[in-house]
Amino acid sequence: MGTYSNFLWSLAKKSLTAGLIAVTISDRLASISPVHGYSMSPTLNPKTNTLPELFSRDYVLMEKLCLQRYRFSHGDVVAFSSPENYKQKLIKRIIGLPGDWVAVPHSYDVVRVPEGHCWVEGDNSANSKDSRSLGPIPLGLICGRATHIVWPPRRISKLESRIPQSRLSSS
Amino acid sequence: MGQWAGFGKGLLGEAFSFVKVFLFLQATNDHVGGFVLAKGPSMLPTISPSGELLLMERISVQLGKVRPGDIVVVQSPLVPKKRVAKRLIATEGERVTYVVDPKNSDSLNTIVVPKGHVWVEGDNIHNSYDSRNFGAIPYGLLIGRVFWRVLPFKDFGSMEPHEK
Repeated sequence: MGTYSNFLWSLAKKSLTAGLIAVTISDRLASISPVHGYSMSPTLNPKTNTLPELFSRDYVLMEKLCLQRYRFSHGDVVAFSSPENYKQKLIKRIIGLPGDWVAVPHSYDVVRVPEGHCWVEGDNSANSKDSRSLGPIPLGLICGRATHIVWPPRRISKLESRIPQSRLSSS
Repeated sequence: MGQWAGFGKGLLGEAFSFVKVFLFLQATNDHVGGFVLAKGPSMLPTISPSGELLLMERISVQLGKVRPGDIVVVQSPLVPKKRVAKRLIATEGERVTYVVDPKNSDSLNTIVVPKGHVWVEGDNIHNSYDSRNFGAIPYGLLIGRVFWRVLPFKDFGSMEPHEK
C-alpha cells in the first residue's frame, strides 16, 4: 500500500514538472497551431479540389521569441488576436511596419502605419479580413510568428518572409 | 570518490528544484497573475507617481469579466513592450463623453466604443496619455486587473472599485 501511493505521488510530481516545462516552451519558445480558413491561400491551406486537401489543414510552427522585442520584418507571417474579437486569432502577412506608407488596394488612399502598429494582409486578398477593413493592427496583439509548415508531411517547408509581388510599389 | 559523486548528485537535485520553482512562478505570473510595479502621474490620486507595488490577476481578463471601474494593466498601443495601468471606462457598444483637451478648453466629444474594443483613461485626466489620445484599444491588449495594493504598506488593502 505504501509503495503504491509513493508511486502515485512520484508520478504526480513528474507530471507537474513535465507540464511546467511544456507550458514554458509553448509560451516562450514555440508551439504548433492549426490554420483555419483560406485567407492565406495558397501559402497556407491551399484551396484545391483534390480529396486529400479538402480534409487536411496545415499546421504551422509558431515561434514566440519575437515577442521579446516585437521586432518584425516585412513579409513575416504572424498570428494575432482579432481587434473585433479577442478570442479569435487571425494569421496574416505583415505588409507594413511602423512608419511605413501603405497604398490601400482598390482605393486612392495612402495610409501611414502608426507607431506600435503594423499593416497586415492575407495572401488570398479576395477572401481575407485584414488591415484593409480592420485598419493597422497594434503590435501588442501579435501572439507569434509562423516560421514553418509542419503538417501534413508532404507540405513541410519553411515559410518565406516575402511580400507578394502585387504589393510592392514600382517607383 | 563515492562521496563526491553523492555530493554532485545532491547539488544537481537542488539546482533542478530551483529551476522547477522558477518555472512555476513564471507560469503562474503569465497565466494567473502576480506583482506589478506601477509608477507615473497618470493614475493620481489612486496610484502614487513615485511607484506602488500592486497585485494583478489575469483571470478576469481571460474570461471577459472586467467591468467599467476596474483598474486594468494594458499593453501600450504605441510601444508594445510597455505596460500601463489605467481605469476601464467603457466596453464595446457603450457611449463615452470626454473632455477633449482639459488644459485648453471645455469642449466635449462623444464616441461609441467599437466592437471588440475598450476605452481606458487615467484617473488624473490632466496628465494621462490614454484613449482620449490614442482612441479605443482592442480588448486583446488587456493583460490583467489590479485588485490589491501591497506597498506602500500604510495603504495595504483592496483596490476594488465597487466596494463603498
